[in-house]
Amino acid sequence: MIRLFFAKLLYLVPTFLGITIIAFSFVRILPGDPVLLMAGERGVTPERHAQLTAQLGYDKSVVLQYFDFLGRLFQGDLGNSLVTKKPVLTEFLALFPATVELGLFAIMIATLIGVPVGVLAAIKRGSWFDQVSMTTALVGFSMPIFWWGLLLIIFFSGILGWTPVSGRISLMYYFPNVTGLMLIDSLLSGQKGAFASAISHLILPSVVLATIPLAVIARQTRSAMLEVMGEDYVRTARAKGMPNYRVIGIHALRNAMIPVITTIGLQVGVLMAGAILTETIFSWPGIGKWMIDSISRRDYPVVQSGLLLIAGLVMLVNLLVDLTYGIINPRIRAT
Amino acid sequence: MKYLSRSMIAVSALAMMAVAAEAKTFVYCSEASPEGFDPAPYTSGGTFDASAHPMYNRLTEFKKGTTEVEPGLAESWDVSEDGTVYTFKLRKGVKFHTSETFTPTRDFNADDVIFSFDRQGNAENPWHQYVAGITYEYYTSMDMPNLVQSVEKIDDYTVKFTLKQPEAPFLANIAMPFSSIVSKEYADTLEKAGTMEDLNNLPIGTGPFKFVAYQKDAVIRYQKNADYWGTAPLIDDLVFAITPDAAVRLQKLKANECHLMPYPAPADIDAIKADSNLTLQEQAGLNVGYLAYNTTMAPFDNPKVRKALNMAINKQSIVDAVFQGAAVPAKNPIPPTMWSYNDTIADDAYDPEAAKKMLEEEGVKDLSMKIWAMPVQRPYMPNARRTAELMQEDLSKVGVKVEIISYEWGEYLAKSMEAGRDGAVILGWTGDNGDPDNFLSVLLSCDSAGEGGANRAFWCNEAFSKLLKDAKVTADPAARTKLYEEAQVIFKDQAPWYTIAHSTQYVPMSNKVSGFVMSPLGDFTFESVDLAE
Repeated sequence: MIRLFFAKLLYLVPTFLGITIIAFSFVRILPGDPVLLMAGERGVTPERHAQLTAQLGYDKSVVLQYFDFLGRLFQGDLGNSLVTKKPVLTEFLALFPATVELGLFAIMIATLIGVPVGVLAAIKRGSWFDQVSMTTALVGFSMPIFWWGLLLIIFFSGILGWTPVSGRISLMYYFPNVTGLMLIDSLLSGQKGAFASAISHLILPSVVLATIPLAVIARQTRSAMLEVMGEDYVRTARAKGMPNYRVIGIHALRNAMIPVITTIGLQVGVLMAGAILTETIFSWPGIGKWMIDSISRRDYPVVQSGLLLIAGLVMLVNLLVDLTYGIINPRIRAT
Repeated sequence: MKYLSRSMIAVSALAMMAVAAEAKTFVYCSEASPEGFDPAPYTSGGTFDASAHPMYNRLTEFKKGTTEVEPGLAESWDVSEDGTVYTFKLRKGVKFHTSETFTPTRDFNADDVIFSFDRQGNAENPWHQYVAGITYEYYTSMDMPNLVQSVEKIDDYTVKFTLKQPEAPFLANIAMPFSSIVSKEYADTLEKAGTMEDLNNLPIGTGPFKFVAYQKDAVIRYQKNADYWGTAPLIDDLVFAITPDAAVRLQKLKANECHLMPYPAPADIDAIKADSNLTLQEQAGLNVGYLAYNTTMAPFDNPKVRKALNMAINKQSIVDAVFQGAAVPAKNPIPPTMWSYNDTIADDAYDPEAAKKMLEEEGVKDLSMKIWAMPVQRPYMPNARRTAELMQEDLSKVGVKVEIISYEWGEYLAKSMEAGRDGAVILGWTGDNGDPDNFLSVLLSCDSAGEGGANRAFWCNEAFSKLLKDAKVTADPAARTKLYEEAQVIFKDQAPWYTIAHSTQYVPMSNKVSGFVMSPLGDFTFESVDLAE
């Protein structure tokens, strides 16, 4: 198990270097110049433009800039935002917990609903439940997030008044930021009603963010279950006279879970993409909205270092997923 | 340790808020996050609404709801005969905010004024680059480095500004957010503690509200400044709930999660008007949207051709279709709310037949041209693409073929200023300080027709530019008004632009809100607002 961990870790080094190149090049390939965007309609004189470009270090060759970036990266310096002038890492750490909270809640909803629905649809293949749930999943998968979010706000917050429109907690509550996770901080604050307020604010955005992963997980679980249930060992188990719930619960489900866990792991990337829109609609102060703002302003340091941090995170989650296989399937542990 | 102390600040601020249990809290659903809280290094209106307006003051201020300049931290001033020396008498007894980390030991005085300008103009000042990468773009772009010769302290309450040449808009310049007065004593304290960046994070000003806390991209909290030198605010707490999406802001307003919002979507205006719980204020914006011809290229170098094209485009249909009626058709380059607007000028009538004839007379046949449509939405132009399409349709009726092109925004701004540009450009402008010079000189003078300027018609009319120069060194407002009125006549006659529209600003708010005054400069300020129980 430990050997597996280090072997996987070793693979990450070249991947990480590759990501630094992609993250660095991505924002530079886009047309646009941060200095011009800052100047806006007013324009900027060529001298001032040259002066500002030099001050930012963008007058050097791209290769040199890349090695500058890499060099500082290894010293733990991710650079400062061109817009706020604050260190990228400080901004990331201030915003990241909000995205984690939203993401975890969303993946929890997606898994807790998606897996049972997928299993049930597989067992009752061809039934009305199977057909309705899989059609719904297809619709969910194709849902335009922005529209869907706004629709839920108008219905649940606007018409029914059940949930708040946006934000992380009612503005009535005000307490120090300890973990950055509002659910935990609201409990720690000891203020009456704070936790309930935080939960009520989390529901709509996490449902919106969970929509696509939920659809993917449900469909993946169904097809994995169908495949496994056709295997010899399942038939043997049934032939032995093992009760149906044990056949499904122990033999089928456990084996079907391997591709499902891979899918859940891959949803982390999907969640990050979804977070960009979800956070914008729900005014959720996370890194998705931060990245999109930075791209439109060509805030090079934030985009390149932000991408790197997010990619690093996705890699870490994938590593954990790989290790989970080892726990589920002993054969993987050995190789 | 730093973290701990900040938590303590937050907790004690909370305790203070708890004491004022029946406090009046006003919530503003702001559009964008502030870039920082020091007003000098930034240029966006959303940042100033969160920094310069609630927490700081300037020597001169814009009178509420107007672009007129009135005394601020300067009680009065004298201008020398030649218009180059301004001597300001400062207000006494003005206190800077007290926070958990800073207690001022003295009142506001001349040292603060000198410090606030010197740090921006003097590269040797240790505060010039107190955070890596900081620049003073507004100070630079308002041409202050080429204008201010020196700022001197005569005594604790008298400051003398010497200019390199007379400049009538100077008093308006120093009423702008970048000219906010920061505390020299606070800066010294931070410098000693080695936490200079806190000037931008934990702001101390003299304004009507004190800073309490900011949670990035989410919430900013302020508290009423009980020691405010002016009229104290009527509300106790001011909260900005940052909500970038216009539709969501409206839902929050309807759900009573906030009391006032900026920039509603044009499509929602009718629904807001119909909602009995909401009030909608409106005002003509201090802006203009235009189509700038390249007046250096044939046949657009011929004013008659430009005039003919202007007559071929139906302005009202653009106002109706693109602005959904939320604009007034523009005939002058400056908006009607601005002093010196020349209302005696008649707009070119929409007359395709006459336009066609005029083009023929000028020997223009089978003309094809490009129209540049901006890729972004701006307050002066909600949809440039649609505008260009309507122009294309109208121009085709007089035999002019139009190709619509666009670029990424940064590139659009740069390429549209390149000499020899092919085509007419849709763009616009929002005023900085309410002075006509801020429109006319910036956008249409000979000086700004070159590289780094913003005169996208490349139009250089000596008579027009001379009037602007004369107006700039004339102190008497009535005499200046006359000069600008004359300049607008030349502009209309020469038609370097097709003036499109001045868009209307809307501010929806809850019926509980009273005392909000819209600013022609587009600022959102809350010291005068009150909330009904």
